[in-house]
Amino acid sequence: MNAFALILRRDLKIAFRRWGELATPLIFFVIVASLFPLALSPEAYQLRDAGPGFLWIAALLSSLLALDGLFRTDVQDGSMEQLALSPAPLALIVLAKTLAHWLVSGVPLIALAPFLALSFYLPLEALPVLVGALALATPTLSVLAALGAALTVSIRGGGAIIGLLVLPLTAPVLIFGTRATSLAIHGEPAVGPLYLLAAFAVLAISLGPLACAAALRVGLE
Amino acid sequence: MPQHYAWAWNKDLIVGLVRWFHSLASPPHFYRLAQRLSPWLIATSVVLIVAGTYGGLVLAPPDYLQGDGFRIIYVHVPSAYVGMLAYVMMAGAAGIGFIWRIKLAHAVAVSVAPVGASFTFLALVTGAVWGKPMWGTYWEWADARLVFELLLLFLFLGYMVLHAAFDDRDKADRISAILAAVGVINVPIIHYSVEWWSTLHQGPTIARLDAPAITLDMLVPLLVMILGFTLYFAWLVTRRLQGEVLERERQARWVQRLAAGEPE
Repeated sequence: MNAFALILRRDLKIAFRRWGELATPLIFFVIVASLFPLALSPEAYQLRDAGPGFLWIAALLSSLLALDGLFRTDVQDGSMEQLALSPAPLALIVLAKTLAHWLVSGVPLIALAPFLALSFYLPLEALPVLVGALALATPTLSVLAALGAALTVSIRGGGAIIGLLVLPLTAPVLIFGTRATSLAIHGEPAVGPLYLLAAFAVLAISLGPLACAAALRVGLE
Repeated sequence: MPQHYAWAWNKDLIVGLVRWFHSLASPPHFYRLAQRLSPWLIATSVVLIVAGTYGGLVLAPPDYLQGDGFRIIYVHVPSAYVGMLAYVMMAGAAGIGFIWRIKLAHAVAVSVAPVGASFTFLALVTGAVWGKPMWGTYWEWADARLVFELLLLFLFLGYMVLHAAFDDRDKADRISAILAAVGVINVPIIHYSVEWWSTLHQGPTIARLDAPAITLDMLVPLLVMILGFTLYFAWLVTRRLQGEVLERERQARWVQRLAAGEPE
């Protein structure tokens, strides 16, 4: 557990020192979301219908954008090998790194989403569900993206492949995330999809780091 | 001591089975076996596919709702089935290769992937061709199975791209095996998510094929076609696997003797 806290602190510190990298996915998220009404139409009814789905796609893309550096820099400067040799289980270290990544990329995204949603004319009552759905879904997205990063860590310029590997796997999260949001917009209870999102998160957090650790071990050889 | 004999017999059987599996995993043994087996596979599959085509196009009665349009089922369903079978086989082989470090199992996974992707693609194309006269549109997002097939195709492509991205084949085998294993957990989730999603949407109101019980003279050609496609798939995989094994073992003496045309 000590190793977990140490890695978490270290990764957060590194992330805040490179604040440019930290901000890029968020700015990307906001820019893409602001371009959307220009591409579709400024009509309120259209934006309200398509807005939630669009927010989810933008969140998905920006969570992938941030991931390439998650393990790559550590592998390149050799610190990942030291971490893999340390007595702490590699899966736990991976979990700490993923959590750090979620804290600096997922949480700001959750905080930004309601403002973008308001600009898409989403009703105020739907916002808690949107925030809740994002809070339950972004951990799964972070784990999946960490998996993509771990699989491609020893490929030169592997960043582009991550999307291809990970995006099909995110389909269930996307389905139930948008489902919860649009149920809330129409004033219906959105508990069902939220429960499912929580189940996906539990599954991803418990099994994902093991797969990441296995992939990192092969990648380090 | 009957019990004693029974145990001895069982032990012989188990040891024999293990040896057989073990010998199957040896590349030269597999190669020889495949060489003998593949003409039978392709011959049987051609016979079955020809018979199934005749049964499906000529003997089966037209559907009371879809007329002759339903007959594309004889290509669509077998290819969709083989596509899913291929994914299970790819992931299973990759998992076996990863856990027990059997090289031939990795070769199986690598050989299955493009074949499975092709059959999945065929299922999508035939589904689109079928959709046009029946649903009035080539693509129907509300149909869960169509969307699922599309995602399955992406999973195949992801596996192939990841495997191709590595220079070191051993690394490529093992890393893409992890992706395939993750896919196995995800495929049922994706399947049921898509299904649930589409039932929450307004389902297609035009009659679906699975609702009425299918009559026997329609069903028998379909089963024959499924068996024929499966054998054809097995033949394709066997031939690809032979090529894959030759390439992987190109430094081995048995391959060089084979290339020189020497008897074993």
